[in-house]
Amino acid sequence: MTILAREQRHSITVKVNGLRYTGMATPRTLLADFLRHELGFKGVHVGCEHAVCGACTILLDGLLARACAIYAVQADDTSVETVEGLGKPEALAPLQAAFQEHHALQCGFCTPGILMSAKAFLDDVATVGVAPTEQQVREMLSGHLCRCTGYDGIVKAILACAEQAIGKSRHESG
Amino acid sequence: MTEPVFSWIGKALPRKEDPALLTGQARFIDDLEPVAGLRHVAIVRSPHAHGRIRSIDVDSALAMHGVDAVVTGSDIAAILKPIPSVVRTPIRYMPVGVDKVRFAGEPVAVVVASDRYLAEDAAEQVSVEIDPLDPVVGPVAAMCDTAPLLHEDADSNCVSFRTFRYGDPDTAFARAARTVSLDYTFHRYASTPIETYGVIAHAEKAPDRYTVWSNFQGPFVLHPLMAGALGVAGNRLRLITAPASGGSFGIKQAIFGYILLLSAVSRLTGHPVKWVEDRLEHLTASSAAAERVGRIDGAFDENGTLTGLRFDNIANMGAYLRPPEPASVYRMHAASNGCYRVPHIAVENRLVVTNTLPVGLNRGYGGPQFFFALERLIDCAARKLGFDPVELRRQNFLRKEAFPYTTPGGATFDSSDYDKAMDMLLAAADYKGLKERRADVRRAGNYFGIGFACGIEPSGSNMAYVSLAQTPEERAKAGPKSGGNASATIEMDPSGSVTVQLCSTPNGQGHATVAAQIVAQALAINPADIDVVTDIDTRNDAWSISSGNYSNRFAAAVTGAIVTCADRVSMRLRKIAAELFECAVDDVELADGKVRIKGIPNRALPVKRVAAAAHWHPDGLPDGLDAGLTETAIIHSETLTAPDDHDRVSSAVTYGIVFDLAAVSIAPDTGKMTVEKYVSVHDVGNQLNPLVVEGQILGGFAHGVGGAMYEELSYDTDGNPLNGTFADYRCPTAMEVPPVTVRHLTTPSEKSLLGSKGLGDGSSMTTPAALANAVADALGREDITLPLTPPTLWRMIHEDIA
Amino acid sequence: MKPVPFDYARPETLEEALALMANYGDDAAPLAGGLSLGPMLNLRLARPAVVVDLGRLALHEIDSLSPDRPVETGALVRQAFLQQRLKADLIMPLVGEALDCIGHYQTRARGTVGGSVAHADPAAELPLCLVTMDGSVWLQSTAGRRNVPATAFFEAALTTARHPDELVAGLEWPDAGEPGTAFAEFALRHGDFAIVAAAAIVRRNDDGRVSGIRLGLGGVEDAPRVFVGSDDAVNNFKDFVEQSMAVLRPTDDPVCDAPYRLALARKLGLAVIVRALERAGLHP
Ligand code: FES
Ligand code: FES
Repeated sequence: MTILAREQRHSITVKVNGLRYTGMATPRTLLADFLRHELGFKGVHVGCEHAVCGACTILLDGLLARACAIYAVQADDTSVETVEGLGKPEALAPLQAAFQEHHALQCGFCTPGILMSAKAFLDDVATVGVAPTEQQVREMLSGHLCRCTGYDGIVKAILACAEQAIGKSRHESG
Repeated sequence: MTEPVFSWIGKALPRKEDPALLTGQARFIDDLEPVAGLRHVAIVRSPHAHGRIRSIDVDSALAMHGVDAVVTGSDIAAILKPIPSVVRTPIRYMPVGVDKVRFAGEPVAVVVASDRYLAEDAAEQVSVEIDPLDPVVGPVAAMCDTAPLLHEDADSNCVSFRTFRYGDPDTAFARAARTVSLDYTFHRYASTPIETYGVIAHAEKAPDRYTVWSNFQGPFVLHPLMAGALGVAGNRLRLITAPASGGSFGIKQAIFGYILLLSAVSRLTGHPVKWVEDRLEHLTASSAAAERVGRIDGAFDENGTLTGLRFDNIANMGAYLRPPEPASVYRMHAASNGCYRVPHIAVENRLVVTNTLPVGLNRGYGGPQFFFALERLIDCAARKLGFDPVELRRQNFLRKEAFPYTTPGGATFDSSDYDKAMDMLLAAADYKGLKERRADVRRAGNYFGIGFACGIEPSGSNMAYVSLAQTPEERAKAGPKSGGNASATIEMDPSGSVTVQLCSTPNGQGHATVAAQIVAQALAINPADIDVVTDIDTRNDAWSISSGNYSNRFAAAVTGAIVTCADRVSMRLRKIAAELFECAVDDVELADGKVRIKGIPNRALPVKRVAAAAHWHPDGLPDGLDAGLTETAIIHSETLTAPDDHDRVSSAVTYGIVFDLAAVSIAPDTGKMTVEKYVSVHDVGNQLNPLVVEGQILGGFAHGVGGAMYEELSYDTDGNPLNGTFADYRCPTAMEVPPVTVRHLTTPSEKSLLGSKGLGDGSSMTTPAALANAVADALGREDITLPLTPPTLWRMIHEDIA
Repeated sequence: MKPVPFDYARPETLEEALALMANYGDDAAPLAGGLSLGPMLNLRLARPAVVVDLGRLALHEIDSLSPDRPVETGALVRQAFLQQRLKADLIMPLVGEALDCIGHYQTRARGTVGGSVAHADPAAELPLCLVTMDGSVWLQSTAGRRNVPATAFFEAALTTARHPDELVAGLEWPDAGEPGTAFAEFALRHGDFAIVAAAAIVRRNDDGRVSGIRLGLGGVEDAPRVFVGSDDAVNNFKDFVEQSMAVLRPTDDPVCDAPYRLALARKLGLAVIVRALERAGLHP
C-alpha cells in the first residue's frame, strides 16, 4: 500500500506522450498543475478546476480524464496523452488540420481538451465502424465549453474526420 | 492593361494563429514565468455584500509555512489612489475594500506565498471582522430614500442622472395618434471566457518602474488612469500582454483593477507576484454586463410612423463606477433611433450603485439592453397597432438613399440597405411558411411565436462618447476629447522578411491572419511569410489610449492603420527601386515577391535586395528617404469628433447591421422552448476573411442564446452570489446552441479604407430581443423576462398553480 | 481553487482499504473516478484528512450475467464500460437507458457506478435505477459485508446509510422484468443533473400476466423514491401516478420551484409508464 504524507513532495513518474518524466508533487497537487508547471505541458489548459469546462481533458491510460479532478499522485506509473502528442505545428495531425480548415477554434483555449475528446471519440468511431450523426458529435462535445465558436466549426471538423476514420477502418478490414 | 492582382484580402484563408494553438504551443498568461523569484497570490475576499471592516488579523496567516506576506486594504491604500470616473460623484473605486466592503467577493487582503496552494491555505487563516450593513441588490430598491447608502460621500445610490432631448419629443408625444409603452427588466450575465484573468506584477527598483504581464485587452485609456492611481509617470508603468489570450468578449478590460492590486502588492512586499483568477473568483468578482430596469415609449402617427421615442433607463452599475463605465449606458446613445427614421428622442439615464459586482465591458456592450428595449417595443407596437412587425419596421426604416445618415443623437451611419436586408431575412426564413406553421400549431392549441430584432452594430468607438455622462459644462471644463486612433508598425528587416506589430490585443479574432492578408497584398508577398505580433509591450510598441480589442474596432479602425502603414512601406520600396532602375516611381510595381518595372518583367529585383539596400546602403537612398524599412502609422477617423454642446456625438466609425428572425415553440408541460428557426442577416461591408467573419457571427449568436435562454448571474436578497461555478452558471453547450442561417448583405463602408465594417458583437446584441419577441408572440403577453428557462416559461403558462 | 492538504493512501487490496476506513472513518474520503470528490476537494467543500484512492482495487467486475441471479457490478466499474456491456449483452435496458443520460462522454469514461451511488446526488440516474429496480448496495467493512436495500440506502441529499468505516464495494441489480422498463429525465442543459428523472418497470408473472408496476422518481425530493403498484395500478396507471404525486414533497429552490418539479414528475412519470407498457407489449 502506498501512503503519502500531505506536507511532503513525492516523486511521481509518468509517461507523457510516450516519454518518461519524473517530477515532484504533494498529494493535493492537481494533475493539471503537475503536467503544466512541473513537467511543462502548457497545452493542458485550466478553465474551471471543477471538472465542467473540459479544457484540461487528457487521456490517462487511454481513458478520457479531467486533469483538474485528478491528483498527480494518482497518475504515478501511468501513461498520459496531451495535445502536445498529437501533431507538430508544421505537420498537424489530420484532426488538427480539420480544426484549422473548419475554423473550429478562435482563442484556442478550449481546444486542447476538445482535441483529446475528439481523438478518443474518433477511435471509438473507427472501432465501431459506423459514422456518427451530428447529434452524436454534439452529445460528445457537450462535455466541453467553448465560448468563442458556437461549436459549429468543431462539429464540422469532427464529422469530417469521422468520415475519414470510417473510410480507413473499412480499408483496413477490407 | 493592368495585370490582374492576386488578392489576399477577402480570401477565406485558414488562420496563421492555429498551428500554435492546436499543438499546445501558444503561450497564455499562466504559461509565463517572466521573472525569477515569482511568488503566488491568493486573495482574501469579503463574505458579506455590505459592511464596515473592523479589523483584519493576519498573524496566524503570516506564521504559516511558505507565507511571505499578507497585505491588507489599508496597506494598499497608502500607495494607491482611487481611480476616477467621468462621473464626478465622489465614488472612490479601489480594487480592494479599505474601510468598507460593498459586494460579496470584494478583495480585502492579499496573501503572498511560495505557491498558490499555500497562499490559499493562508488566506483561510486571515480573519476579517466585518460589521455587516444592510445590503441592497436591485437598482430600484437602491434608489429608495430608505435604502442603505453604499458610498457615504455621495448622497444617493443614484450616482448620475442625466436627461437628453433631441428634436422635440414632448410635442411628438403630445401629438401622437397612438403611444405604446413597455416596461422591462434585463438581467445580468457575463461572457465568461474559458481562460480567466491572470496578472504577473513586478515592482522593479531600477529602473523604478512597474512591469506587469497580464491578459488585459485594453482599452489602453485605462493605462493613464492606472499610472495615475499608482502615482507614477506613464513610462513608469510598463504593461505587457501575453502572446495568446483565451477569449475575453470585453470582460478582460476589468483586469486593470487587479493590475493595480498586484502592482501595489509587489511594491509593498518587494516580490514579483503572480495571480491567476479561479472560476469562482471570475463568476463572483470580475465583471458582468449591466442589469437594467427600464421603460420605453414610442409615439406613432395613424400610419404607424414612429415620430418619437422616450427611453427611461435605470442601470445597475454594481458597487462602483469602474472605468470605462458608465460607457455601457452611452455606447448606443447616439444611435438611439436604431434602424429607424425617428426625429424626436428623449433619454433619461439613472446610474445606480448596488451591493453587487461592478459591471464592465461584455460582448455587445450596452447593445443587448438597448435592443431589448427598442426592438421589443417595435414588435409590441405592431401587435397593439395591428401591423405585421415587418410592415411596421419597413414603414420606419431609414431608406437606402438616406446614407450616410446623421442620427438625431449625432452618429453618422455609413451605409446599408435595411429594406433589402429585411427581404433577405424573410426569404431565408420563409416568413410566409412560418406564419402558416404558427397558425397550424396554434389551432392545435400549442405555442409558437415569431420575433424580430433589427440591430445596428457600432464599431470603432469614439473614446469621447462616455463623456456624455458629463454635462456640456463639465465637458468644457475637462477639455475636449475625441477620436479613437489605431496604430500599426511594419518592419522589413535586412533579409526582406516582414514583421507586423498591432495594437489590437486580440483574444481569438484572427487579427494576425487578416493583418497578414492586408500586408501581403500591399507588398506582393505571401501571408505565410509575414510575422504578426499581437502582444503589446507599452515600452516598445506604438499604442495610444484607444488601443485594445473592444467595440468591434479591428475591421473598422485598425485595418486602416495596417493599410496605411503597408502602403508606406510599399512606396519606400518602390522609391528605392526606382532609383536603382533609374525610372519613375509610378512605373515601379510590387509583384510576386519582386519589385519590377511595369510591363518589363525582366527588369525586376527581389524584394529582399531592395530591402537590403535600405539597411546596408543608406547613403545610396533617394533623397528624403530614411534608412531602414520601418513604418508606424497612427490613424484616426475624422468621423469621430468631440461631443457638441447639444450632447450629440459621432460615437463610432462604421455601423453594420444584424437583422434577426426567431421562431420558437414552447412545450406547455415542461416550459421548454425550442428554437425552430433562426436567421440572421449581417452587413459587415467588405469581408476581409469570410472564415473569420463567419466565426465571429456564430460565436456572437451563441453568446446571445446563452444570455437569452440559459445564463444569469443572480444574487439572493442578502447579496450572496448564487452562481459560483460552471455547474450553476449554465453556459450553452454544443447541444444547446441551435442552428442559425446566416446571410450577408454587402454595402461597403465609406468610412474605412477597405470598405469593411466592424463586427463581433453581432447577434449577442439582438438575440435576446428576438427570442423574447418570439416568446411574447407565442404566449400573447409582453411581460417577458430573461433568461427564458423552462421553469420561467412554465410559470408563465401556469400562473394559476400555487 | 485548490484543495486543503490531505494524506494520500492507495491500497492495493480491499482489505488494506477497509483497514484504512476502519482507522480514519469520517476523516477518510474514498476516491474512485473523482468526478464528484475532485471538485468538492478543489472547492474546499470536502476537507478529509486522508484520501483513499480505490483505483487499484479489484472491484471492476460485472458478475453473473445469468438471468436468474441479480447482476452484480463492482463499485469501480466505469459508467462507459457498463454502458457498452449492457448494450452488447442486451441486459438491464433500464440502466442502459439511464447511462445515456449520465453526465457526458468524458465523465462517463472515468466515472464509476459505485462513486455515483456513494455520492448520492438526489437527481443522479444510477441511484434512481437501483431504487426502482429494488436493488441493493453491497457495503463492506473490516467487520464484513452487508447488503442494504437501495430504498434504505439513500437517506437524503449526499447522505447515505454507509457507515464511516464502510466502503461501497458493489451494487446488486435484480431482474427488472425486462423488457418493460423505461427511463426519462428533464435537465436544463444536456448532461446536467436532472431536475426530475423518472424510471418505470412493469413486472409480469411467469404466465405473462402483469403483476405490478414500480415508478421511481429522482430529483423531486432529496432522495430518489419508488412507488409500487399492483396489477390494478397498471390498469389505472393515471390514478397511480396521481396518488404518487399526492405523496411527494418536492424540493423548492431558486432555480425550480416545487410546483414545477411536481409538474415534471407527473409528466415524466406518465411518460415512462406508457413507454414501459409499450415495451412490455401492453398497449396502454
Ligand atoms: S479545468 Fe478541468 S474541466 Fe475545467
Ligand atoms: S475557441 Fe475560445 S473557448 Fe473555444
